[in-house]
Amino acid sequence: KWSVIMPTLIRSVGTNIPRVSKFRGISDGVILGADTRATDDMVVADKNCRKIHHIAPRIYCCGAGVAADAEIATQMMASNVELHTLNTGRPPLVAMVTRQLKQMLFRYQGHMGSSVIVGGVDVTGAHLYSVYPHGSYDKLPFLTMGSGAAAAVSVFEDRFKANMELDEAKRLVRDAITAGIFCDLGSGSNVDLCVITAAGAEYLRGYDRPAGKGKREGQYRYKPGTTPVLTKTQTPLSLDVVYETVQMMDTE
Amino acid sequence: MNTRGLRSQLKDSVPVAGLCPQGSYGIQDSLRSGFTSVKNELLPSHPLELSEKNFVLNQDKMNFSTLRNIQGLHAPLKLQMEYRAARQIQRLPFLQSSNLALDTLRGSDDTIGFEDILSDPAQSETMGEPHMMVEYKLGLL
Repeated sequence: KWSVIMPTLIRSVGTNIPRVSKFRGISDGVILGADTRATDDMVVADKNCRKIHHIAPRIYCCGAGVAADAEIATQMMASNVELHTLNTGRPPLVAMVTRQLKQMLFRYQGHMGSSVIVGGVDVTGAHLYSVYPHGSYDKLPFLTMGSGAAAAVSVFEDRFKANMELDEAKRLVRDAITAGIFCDLGSGSNVDLCVITAAGAEYLRGYDRPAGKGKREGQYRYKPGTTPVLTKTQTPLSLDVVYETVQMMDTE
Repeated sequence: MNTRGLRSQLKDSVPVAGLCPQGSYGIQDSLRSGFTSVKNELLPSHPLELSEKNFVLNQDKMNFSTLRNIQGLHAPLKLQMEYRAARQIQRLPFLQSSNLALDTLRGSDDTIGFEDILSDPAQSETMGEPHMMVEYKLGLL
């Protein structure tokens, strides 16, 4: 199955857009997708930020919501997963990452404002989970989160089907994220993809750049004298002295 | 800050610093414990303050009660005895202990939390005066 997620991060609390879609392909896998805009209310703070974070060699995480919370949450997950792997001697499960994440987020009762989509491949197969800031989680074939979630999920609801091919799946994820980039103010810039299969993970940074800077078509400067002056009138303003004060300067 | 919601966390009996000061001669030890504020003692300044302050305690209580239900009373009793012993292993007064034995008993030696990343005592900008702290600990000051 292919899963795609696209998160949008923000510096302060605000909208974000992650999108996720999952597809069943020839080889089971997960596709995570994200845009690259980080906003501070209505100002773009980072035009090309990374929203797909590495947790384990075959588990990646898209963080949406408050950028700092998502960043620290995913870094702590990565550290704990590494310690756990060293402790048990086994590769980590996606369910384990989800459980630790949801326990941590529930402990902070939603004050840690990071919604996270965890996707990866482990010994039991490909999985996709979404965890909300208050600690609830979902396990679905495709998931979207963030401010552009509605725009992205509409693309998935329309075109998602089970057992897709890799290229078709990547195109669908790209289209979903592009829908968010164009239809939501909190998402923008480029599309990042991360394709995870049992063989490994492939992080495609800047997979697509739909919102590039346009090219100026022509010259917009006007020559001096383009607008002719028809008439000119001068009206002097008569001002009377109403009030006069003298203030001594302290020169001593 | 909305204090109305936090009033629900107000306890019936809360130790108020002004009434039972910890300093000698029965007065508030401003040098060591800072100024008093009755509001700070009664109301928490963040919705999560109380739950975070008691988090480890509540987790231990939950684990002990589960252990008692599964294995009987002897299991938590023996474990609590080991906790008590491990808590007494400390360094000199001005040096922060790593609490390795306590962490191992609790099982938190293979997890990383915010207490390990933030406010690392090894990287704090201030340090207590070693001689004064040892004398205070021994009661000579």
